[in-house]
Amino acid sequence: MATYQEFIQQNEDRDGVRFSWNLWPSSRLEATRLVVPVSCLFTPLKERPDLPPVQYEPVLCSRANCKAVLNPLCQVDFRAKIWACNFCFQRNPFPPSYAGISEVNQPAELMPQFSTIEYIVQRGPTPPLIFLYVVDTCLEEEDLQALKESLQMSLSLLPPNALVGLITFGRMVQVHELSCEGIAKSYVFRGTKDLSSKQIQVGGDKGRPPQPENAGVFVFITRFLQPVHRVDMNLTDLLGELQRDPWPVPQGKRPLRSTGVALSVAVGLLEGTFPNTGARVMLFIGGPPTQGPGMVVGDELKTPIRSWHDIQKDNARHLKKATKYYEAMANRSAVNGHCIDIYACALDQTGLLEMKCLSNLTGGHIVMGDSFNTSLFKQTFQRVFSKDYNGDFRMAFGGVLEVKTSREVKVCGTIGPCVSLNAKGSCVSENEMGIGGTSQWKVCGINPSTTLALYFEVVNQHNAPVPQGGRGVIQFVTQYQHSNTQRRIRVTTIARNWADAQSQIQHIESSFDQEASAVLMARLGVFRAESEEGPDVLRWLDRQLIRLFMFHLRRSPFLQVFNNSPDESSYYRHHFVRQDLTQSLIMIQPILYSYSFHGPPEPVLLDSSSILPDRILLMDTFFQLVIYHGETIAQWRKAGYQEMAEYENFKQLLLAPLDDAQEILQTRFPMPRYIDTEHGGSQARFLLSKVNPSQTHNNLYAWGQVLRGAPILTDDVSLQVFMDHLKKLAVSSSA
Amino acid sequence: MNVNQHTPMASPYGQPQPGYGQPGYAPLDGGYPAPYAPYNGPSSAYQPGAPPQGPARGPPTSGAPPISAPQPYNQYSQGDMQNGPPPMTQAPPRPAASQLYNQGAVNLSGPQPSYPQNYGPQPSMQQVTSQMTGMQITSGAPTPTGPGYAPPRSSQHPASTAYSAAPPPSYTQAPPPASSAPTQPPPPSGPAASQQYYGGPPPPSQQPFNSSLPPTSQRQFPSPGLPPSSSQQTFPPSSYSGPPPFSSAPPPPPPSQPHPYQSGPPPIRTQMPPTSMAQSNHLPPGPQGPQCPPGPMQQPPSQPGMQGGYPPQQNGAFGQGRGPQPGYAGPYPGQPNYGAPAPAPAPGPPAQKRLDPDAIPSPIQVIEDDRAKCTEPFNTGVRGQVPPLVTTNFQAKDQGNASPRFVRCTAYNVPCTADMAKQSQVPLAAVIKPLATLPPDETPPYLVDHGEAGPVRCNRCKAYMCPYMQFIEGGRRFQCGFCSCVTEVPPHYFQHLDHTGKRVDCYDRPELSLGSYEFVATVDYCKNNKIPQPPAFIFLIDVSYNAVKSGMVNIVCQELKTLLDYLPRENPEMDSVVRVGFVTYNKVLHFYNVKASLAQPQMLVVSDVSDMFVPLLDGFLVNVNESRLVIESLLDQIPEMFADTRETETVFGPVIQAGLEALKAADCSGKLFVFHTSLPIAEAPGKLKNREDKKLVGTDKEKSLFQPQVGFYNTLAKECVAQGCCVDLFLFPNQYVDVATLGVVPVSTGGSIYKYTYFQAQSDTERFLNDLRRDIQKLVGFDAVMRVRTSTGIRATDFFGSFFMSNTTDVELAGLDCDKAITVEFKHDDKLSEETGALMQCAVLYTSCSGQRRLRVHNMAVNCCSQLADLYRNCETDTIINFFSKYAFRGLLNNPTKAVRDTLINQCAQILACYRKNCASPSSAGQLILPECMKLLPVYLNCVLKSDVLMPGADVSLDDRAYLRQLISGMDVTESHIFFYPRLLPLTKLESGSLPMAVRDSEERLSKGGVYLLETGLHLFLWVGASVQQELLLNIFGTQSFSQIDPSLTSLPVLDNPFSQRLRDIIESFRAQRSRYMKLMVVKQEDKAELIFRHFLVEDKSVSGGASYVDFLCHMHKEIRQLLS
Repeated sequence: MATYQEFIQQNEDRDGVRFSWNLWPSSRLEATRLVVPVSCLFTPLKERPDLPPVQYEPVLCSRANCKAVLNPLCQVDFRAKIWACNFCFQRNPFPPSYAGISEVNQPAELMPQFSTIEYIVQRGPTPPLIFLYVVDTCLEEEDLQALKESLQMSLSLLPPNALVGLITFGRMVQVHELSCEGIAKSYVFRGTKDLSSKQIQVGGDKGRPPQPENAGVFVFITRFLQPVHRVDMNLTDLLGELQRDPWPVPQGKRPLRSTGVALSVAVGLLEGTFPNTGARVMLFIGGPPTQGPGMVVGDELKTPIRSWHDIQKDNARHLKKATKYYEAMANRSAVNGHCIDIYACALDQTGLLEMKCLSNLTGGHIVMGDSFNTSLFKQTFQRVFSKDYNGDFRMAFGGVLEVKTSREVKVCGTIGPCVSLNAKGSCVSENEMGIGGTSQWKVCGINPSTTLALYFEVVNQHNAPVPQGGRGVIQFVTQYQHSNTQRRIRVTTIARNWADAQSQIQHIESSFDQEASAVLMARLGVFRAESEEGPDVLRWLDRQLIRLFMFHLRRSPFLQVFNNSPDESSYYRHHFVRQDLTQSLIMIQPILYSYSFHGPPEPVLLDSSSILPDRILLMDTFFQLVIYHGETIAQWRKAGYQEMAEYENFKQLLLAPLDDAQEILQTRFPMPRYIDTEHGGSQARFLLSKVNPSQTHNNLYAWGQVLRGAPILTDDVSLQVFMDHLKKLAVSSSA
Repeated sequence: MNVNQHTPMASPYGQPQPGYGQPGYAPLDGGYPAPYAPYNGPSSAYQPGAPPQGPARGPPTSGAPPISAPQPYNQYSQGDMQNGPPPMTQAPPRPAASQLYNQGAVNLSGPQPSYPQNYGPQPSMQQVTSQMTGMQITSGAPTPTGPGYAPPRSSQHPASTAYSAAPPPSYTQAPPPASSAPTQPPPPSGPAASQQYYGGPPPPSQQPFNSSLPPTSQRQFPSPGLPPSSSQQTFPPSSYSGPPPFSSAPPPPPPSQPHPYQSGPPPIRTQMPPTSMAQSNHLPPGPQGPQCPPGPMQQPPSQPGMQGGYPPQQNGAFGQGRGPQPGYAGPYPGQPNYGAPAPAPAPGPPAQKRLDPDAIPSPIQVIEDDRAKCTEPFNTGVRGQVPPLVTTNFQAKDQGNASPRFVRCTAYNVPCTADMAKQSQVPLAAVIKPLATLPPDETPPYLVDHGEAGPVRCNRCKAYMCPYMQFIEGGRRFQCGFCSCVTEVPPHYFQHLDHTGKRVDCYDRPELSLGSYEFVATVDYCKNNKIPQPPAFIFLIDVSYNAVKSGMVNIVCQELKTLLDYLPRENPEMDSVVRVGFVTYNKVLHFYNVKASLAQPQMLVVSDVSDMFVPLLDGFLVNVNESRLVIESLLDQIPEMFADTRETETVFGPVIQAGLEALKAADCSGKLFVFHTSLPIAEAPGKLKNREDKKLVGTDKEKSLFQPQVGFYNTLAKECVAQGCCVDLFLFPNQYVDVATLGVVPVSTGGSIYKYTYFQAQSDTERFLNDLRRDIQKLVGFDAVMRVRTSTGIRATDFFGSFFMSNTTDVELAGLDCDKAITVEFKHDDKLSEETGALMQCAVLYTSCSGQRRLRVHNMAVNCCSQLADLYRNCETDTIINFFSKYAFRGLLNNPTKAVRDTLINQCAQILACYRKNCASPSSAGQLILPECMKLLPVYLNCVLKSDVLMPGADVSLDDRAYLRQLISGMDVTESHIFFYPRLLPLTKLESGSLPMAVRDSEERLSKGGVYLLETGLHLFLWVGASVQQELLLNIFGTQSFSQIDPSLTSLPVLDNPFSQRLRDIIESFRAQRSRYMKLMVVKQEDKAELIFRHFLVEDKSVSGGASYVDFLCHMHKEIRQLLS
């Protein structure tokens, strides 16, 4: 048998699953003692080029409250044409179409290598994808221009039959009608007034008779959403003519930005026309909402936008109201299966803290940048429309993830970009972790890297042991709308062996997946951080299992809000709870590569001692990509040695990290902030804030060490101190 | 001519003084010799009023009156009063009229009710007359009048008879006074003359009048009922007079009176004429004489003495009032005329039975007389001078007081004390039209710039520098003529005084020598102390189904394309600075971005109408020239875009809000042009329901129909005014749209309402477009505030018109155009002095259409009098009617219609009664004596009472009434005059250069063989008689026969003959004179449409129950008599 390492790798490649434990303790008691719960990171739509979807519907267990899908782990009686459900043990006859099966003629779903299988379901007409742009016009001229260009460009990336719509907003909200010729029409809404969904009335093509109770606002939706191929010229012109919000902004004021109402209109529009159809609302904002519902800050410049300090002091007057408003909106949107992206580009905060739920609950993206006129935004936005090997968009809509478990395990909850569907059932644990109390979750926007953390509970009682050789089974059923508008169902069924913790503790230990566990615990931490006070979470985390990376996690922006604005924190957390394991690990413990004449690039410790004058460092924190030239290198570079033929090697050295960075830049979503700096550069702070402050101004000359590396000006304790303290703690706690 | 003659009157005054405020006069004469002189003419006419001298007159009257008056009058007065019963008899005939009157009658005697019945039987009597006579007789005193009248009537040919009758009596009587005044007779006598003087002519006139009037009243009533039997019918009116009492009375009187009666009737008419004659004094004698004989004879005997006295005065009053008639005699072959018209109607028969319409004061005569009299420019320099009538073409020269085109007063002699004013009940009011357009031969107000410090003003009352400021201390200070406060003259304004105390530069400075001028306002006079932005026009077009279908949308859009080149500007050389914006709407609003840089307009739809806002800033209000292409493209596309609309619901409140918000956003004032079709029932602020309920008409709840349905529009109007947002509303309703409510904002913001019911592109386009063109092009001011300052002792207390007031002194007008007039009522708060007179300064601060802030100042000084006679001699009935109508129409909001009508009648009766009591020489109560200046008051008042607003016919919609009600509120005197008493021109012969003389608004005046043009200021009718001459047909219509005339014609065919040419010219010139385009309607006699036409024959009894002139006069008389008794 392969090592666990290989096993884990294989499982991840095939099923997109990484469990914290690959052998499960056989009773609740034992499981609890393990501290790290039985849990997994699951990537529902993991790209599987080698997995062709099958063109038929899955076979379901006939028991009404089970409905598990036929899978390779089921026992099959080929003669009787009967299969036994491995969750409820119901014996089910095969449907007539399976009459021809035999041991040698098995359908794909029974083959072991198809523990993950995808079905294409043909049900009725497939509605086109919908993209609704919601654009802030309170931007600087440059920014607006850049944004307009990006949007125009994006039209060419959309599938021709996709429906597009455009809403612009500033002081007012304008819904543009795209179908008309001649006069460009738009419907305008006041930015200060919350419109109930009823007020955005829907009229179909035939013009449904207006309903009197909705007399407030009349909108004929179909005019607003048009196939790209029909209106791209029109829309391109429209975008081209888009002007900055014309209302004057007096000195000392912020522009009035009606983000809340704009979103409300967008959500209402889609809700009225295309409920339960894949749709993407793309919100582009250049500043915080300053009026109307969902306002985050007033228009007085003298009142700064809330900081963590304000929030802790309970000084953020709009926070709760706005958050509540956007949550309600996010839920509405989620119910209809529409996802919301936020592209926020501004130097100051834009209210992501309040708005994050829009994306977090609907599976939309959040992209944060300094300006729309940066490659960060431009390329990231372009990447939203990237395609896979089949030429399909890497996006799917309206995903519903259902988890079925064998009797010994129950699901406690999920952490990821989803909402609960409140499906109670026998496999739902009372013990909630993350979004719990259900066995189904809705992920409105989902892509191949969307990864959910699922937490389970072993419910088997200690005195009723699992039979030897028994296996726990978990089935993930993901229904979604593929970007080519097909409805598909992906089923992943996995099984793990039970192990008696007392007798087989070493086996269990060896089955521990350190990386997965780290991420899973980190997610729990982040999830708690979102809802609880920071220090409590840290304490909780400290009490839990601690490993090396926890040091970095503690210092990471996911838990530490110091030096981060509320928006940034929200942004980092948003990505942390959805990226796959590798990316998550990078987020927790940034990677540091060192380039030198001494050899090939090597990963080095994320430690201040790694910062040396004759090295080039490449740090990847997921959000940032920092290239740091050591003092000497920087001087050389300044001196222009790389230009000289005889220093070709130096040139090579300089280029090496750039190439590597380019590679990362090209695949990462969202595109990281790319920073090229050097010793003493102001941007070097990005690096310095991450490394372990083994040398600080406090201990610079302590221990008689020779100065090596760069001292970090911080009061944070170094890893060394942390570990020492930890050891002490560990001993005392065990005592 | 007349004038001269009148002048003599002046002298008569002197005489009157004895009885009257002769003293007052005397001084006056001395004071204003010059001015007066000319006037005197007229005044002389008035003098009749002067008659107060009663005594003197007494004699004459007695003599004369008996004859003429006795019968008619007696009958009347007596009849009513005493005979009560007899009147009853009459009552039956005229049910309708009687009812109206009844009230009045009621006063007379509760019994009335019973009367009718009683009458019924009694009627048989020669009733009216007899009763009348009887009455008179009984009354004794009245008799004289009666007699006087009577005779005239007998004559039947009113004028002539009257005269004849009258003259003699008067003469006889006159003699005595005459003796004193004899010399005067001709010229001087005039004044005192009325009586004395009259001795000759006047007296008679008076007498006749008195007599005639009374009778008329009676008869009038009856007449409505039954023309022929009129006499009897007339009685019915008497019915008012308590029937019961009468009943008893009647019997007795009739018997005795019968004869007189019969005779009476005729005399009455005669009397009437006489009156007129009387005025003319000059002529009357002759003609009248003859006629009179019959009547006078009879009556005279009855109450010679008494009546004699009265009659003269009355006559004088009347006579003069009728002056016209006399005038006729003089200038025009008055008599002939008379003879002609009168006879035509129904000379012979009616004569006896009913009051001869020709015998009662004729508006046409008055108008013609005034025209004839006005040969020179009217100089405003003389205080207290009554200007020519609005119907007269004259040139006004500003010599220190505002031209009558800007300001007209009800009285040019204001009573010195509140008591006097109260006693007379004559309203003291001025109708001010601050931005009136002047004829080309008059200079528009000069623009004065006092520099950075702004206009020089009185420190205390803030009155602006004007000719009434008295410079003292060598010119270093000036004393305010209004509050007497002394103010330093600012150094830059200092100027030396000449030996008379006048500033040397007096005539170089308009503000020191003229009545009207403008100041350039400084930034202190601007809102928020900011120079205003140029104003904007916003067009808001209803594009609902009805609007599109009727063609309105298309027409408006097409027209706007060219009209936008004619936006108002002050300098014709320059482009207008007015910016424009466009909105269309049904139940949502569509705003348009027409920025010059756009290739295509952009439409922004606001569907959330509950909380209106403007969705765009830049590109909504644009300069026409810069955005021309985009605008044209838009106007081309609007009709297309909505061609297939099915939306029938509309909003209205949000539409105005939208315009208001747009102006607010642009920080400017401006005007909204709203083109609207239907009741706004869509869910939105200001939503209305259909509340048309004809059952409420005539009940106490009727007033609610004139009140706005919701308070929303009042609030909105207030906001509009604050922003200087004027709203003009063009309505194209197919059904009830609740004008009362929709009109709130236009009316409060100084806007106008235009209503095109059942608009059809084919027939109404011309009218609509002409209205629109004019409305857009006319000079208009924005964001105006008007303040009327007065000298101590009098105060502006009430204002009528299209505006808003947030306090009691400032009239706020979001917009003020050249057609809007504001009526201001004044009340005493202290005594006035005859020396200083009463001063008034009306200052209007406004933003001109070029965005300049200006102050227009109109100054007006009037005399103060301590004699009532002066008041009555110097007032203007047209202005009084303007005031009354506005007062009454506003009263409708809070009072039952009936109460409003009663109040009007009452006040009018009190005015006349006061005159009778205090200014006319004593005469029989049966005599109706009207002041010369007010002799048309009854007929005009009757027109007000009969208007659709106060007395709706069954086919008059509530919207029409509300519309008219609001329309009147902004009318000036010219408009209100023609509105209430339409102009009716016979078209038989047309001469170039002059119009044919109008005829009175009565069916009797229409000849079957003729064609008539009737103009009301809102409508234009061409009435074609059934047996019209073929030549006329050919000339006008180019057809051979009556039946070939197309009644749906809205314009006359262009035919190449002088007649057609001239007629069309006339029509065009009429249209050009009015602020609203008058659609021409061709009415064929006996066609259905004639009903509408007849509605405007205001001297006739109306279908809706309005009394005929004759009846009303009788009623009035009765009211007066009641007050006197």
